[in-house]
Amino acid sequence: MRILYFAWLRERIGVGSEEVTPPGTVTDVAGLVDWLRTREPRYAAAFEDISALRVALDQEQADFDAPLAGVREVALFPPVTGG
Amino acid sequence: MPVRVQEADFDPGAELEALARGDTEIGAVVSFTGLVRGSGGVAEMTLEHYPGMTEAALKEIEAAAHRRWPLQATTIIHRVGPLAPGARIVFVATASRHRGAAFEAAEYIMDYLKTRAPFWKKEAAEDGSATWVDARESDEAAAARWEG
Repeated sequence: MRILYFAWLRERIGVGSEEVTPPGTVTDVAGLVDWLRTREPRYAAAFEDISALRVALDQEQADFDAPLAGVREVALFPPVTGG
Repeated sequence: MPVRVQEADFDPGAELEALARGDTEIGAVVSFTGLVRGSGGVAEMTLEHYPGMTEAALKEIEAAAHRRWPLQATTIIHRVGPLAPGARIVFVATASRHRGAAFEAAEYIMDYLKTRAPFWKKEAAEDGSATWVDARESDEAAAARWEG
């Protein structure tokens, strides 16, 4: 599974994208974030407040309780500020 | 119905000309051009986006506007990369038979663009410090008024 990070989340984690293979116990976005938090302190710091983040699954906006089955690309980012 | 995400500048006059050319059913053209504000000591603004999803999100917003109003044509352009104060950043134009639909659809597209399309602004100050722009509650409220 490919994970993309944007804006300040990308800067805090230090990479724009990475390939990950979460354990089978990870079934939804919230579970994925919980697993990422355990990897390194920079992830724990970046994901300290999940309410400050948004998610897209295969480039469609989704919620943190959305299932990950069949998803190839997960994007995590702050609320958008275009225009 | 062009949707473009680009680093290059654009010419609003040429875009308006192209939008209405050849369709004499069009009686109203409305456009919005957003500029980079230099207030608060902003020296440069950099626009990051999510290639692929950005274009899809803008096309979906455009399609929703066409379902809601009788529009003859629309154009959406958003720039990315580093931009100086005064630079054009976004352009939305709508064309319809009568002005009501064109005015409303242009506002609708901008309101959803600001709250749904994956762009992020980072402001660099004269002293070299840089901060990510926070999302505004007022933008969410502006988009919410079109629902229900």
